[in-house]
Amino acid sequence: MTDSQTDTVVQLSGVSKVFEGRGQKAARVEALSGIDLSVRRGEFISLIGPSGCGKSTLLRIVGDLIGVSDGTVMVNGKLAREARLAREYGMVFQAPVLFDWRTVQRNVELPLEIIGRPKQEREARAREMLALVELGDFAGHHPWQLSGGMQQRAAIARALALDPAILLMDEPFGALDEMTRERMNLELLRIWERTATTVIFVTHSIPEAVFLSTRVVVMSARPGRITKIVPIDLPRHRDVETREMEHYFELVTEVRESLRGSEGEAVDPRRVAAEGLSA
Amino acid sequence: MSVVAALAPSSGVAVARTLRGWLLPLGIFVGFLVVWDILVRFLGLPQFILPAPSRIAEAWVVYLPELWASTTYTLVEIVAGLIIGSFAGILMGAVTARWVGLRESLLPFAVAVNSIPIIAFAPLLNNWFGLDSQLSKAMVAAVLCFFPVMINTARGLLHVDPAALELLRSGAASEAQVFRMVRVPSALPFVFTALKVATTLATIGAIIGEYFGAPSLSIGQYIVRYAAFLNLERSWAAIVFACSIGIGLYMLVVAVERLVMPWHSSFRAGEA
Repeated sequence: MTDSQTDTVVQLSGVSKVFEGRGQKAARVEALSGIDLSVRRGEFISLIGPSGCGKSTLLRIVGDLIGVSDGTVMVNGKLAREARLAREYGMVFQAPVLFDWRTVQRNVELPLEIIGRPKQEREARAREMLALVELGDFAGHHPWQLSGGMQQRAAIARALALDPAILLMDEPFGALDEMTRERMNLELLRIWERTATTVIFVTHSIPEAVFLSTRVVVMSARPGRITKIVPIDLPRHRDVETREMEHYFELVTEVRESLRGSEGEAVDPRRVAAEGLSA
Repeated sequence: MSVVAALAPSSGVAVARTLRGWLLPLGIFVGFLVVWDILVRFLGLPQFILPAPSRIAEAWVVYLPELWASTTYTLVEIVAGLIIGSFAGILMGAVTARWVGLRESLLPFAVAVNSIPIIAFAPLLNNWFGLDSQLSKAMVAAVLCFFPVMINTARGLLHVDPAALELLRSGAASEAQVFRMVRVPSALPFVFTALKVATTLATIGAIIGEYFGAPSLSIGQYIVRYAAFLNLERSWAAIVFACSIGIGLYMLVVAVERLVMPWHSSFRAGEA
């Protein structure tokens, strides 16, 4: 019992989020409703769902970039805000968000610079992280000299620089072409295996979610809800061959069907209207 | 060996491109002067309407010592005005970017200052800071520089990638760190654009200030005096000096810009 409690990294209970419209015409949007989710240490969780289902909002709520309207978010036994102030998060966005005025190395050093680590330690740690994402030869380059995939690898190195308890990734490979994306998926799994960090990953891609995750959380839109959690019982070590396994396809189909179900709910206007009346 | 061989032609091309970049405008300028000279002579225009470039050049050489003295006198005013106005503009821009309340209460005043016709204001500044003082002309220049620098600084500091702010927030960076690590570098391109505009405005401001009273050896008085005497080639020679100041200061700002932000996309052409 105690073991399973300390093993829980993220605990969401009854989380809801309402964006109050500002001005007279802006509508009140119920982005998330009744979210319960617990994430164990070392898990790789994907959030998947139609546009506007609040998966990015949920990720930001876990990372304390957005506050909740109701419910609690505990990370490592602390409130999300305390966890953020204790630098327990690493964030990766869809855009790499690297600063042009810094070299790749100094971009990776940024989180260490924020907490005031001495220069030598910063440099050593950044080199270590760049080696992990196989960008060691590009430390002195500027971000614009790197390809999209390499920029995103640098962003991952930066997110891991403080050895965070949890890595939050918001469609990190959404802007990459399919080939690069598949390579980055393998890369990410390799990094995940080596660092044994906990990952919450937002994506639009069903194959990507199934390939990467230990569990896939399927969400529906307006209001964003968790409709199904699909455990991915593929072998933990995955490679190119995993994508050709029969069970992989079965799981992709399962996620796709759960999504179709949730999408149908989301777009039925009568149901939305009825819910609006009852609320 | 092969590396050198590969590099040589491309650097040759780069030099040719740079040369073409300089030669073309220079050629057009010289052509313009020649046409001007021919037209003036051909049409028999009196020199008090439009002197031929050759006569202006002649005046330039003959009166060089007094032109040079006037130019250095005015240059001091321009540079002082540029520094005072830009410094105040950057400071106010930073303050208004940081505190929304201040922005809302100060902006109307800044707009009001900006909408005062400088022609109307220059005599008053001469009155306040001394008719014969260089400070009064510097203040006219500073008033003109202030607004564009302030507005652009504020905009640059606020114009930051929202994801960059989220990134720093998730790293629990302090507000001072956000300012130093993200806002200031993001604002630099805006500030330098404003400074380029400010060099021209400072030149205009100082000379206008001089129109309303300054020693005879200053660009503004030099232009007015010889225009009144219909010695227009001397006025024109002074105008050429005023232009050179403007161009020189502009290029100085560009040089500093390259030094301060070599990473900016506008300077990358050579590296690709």
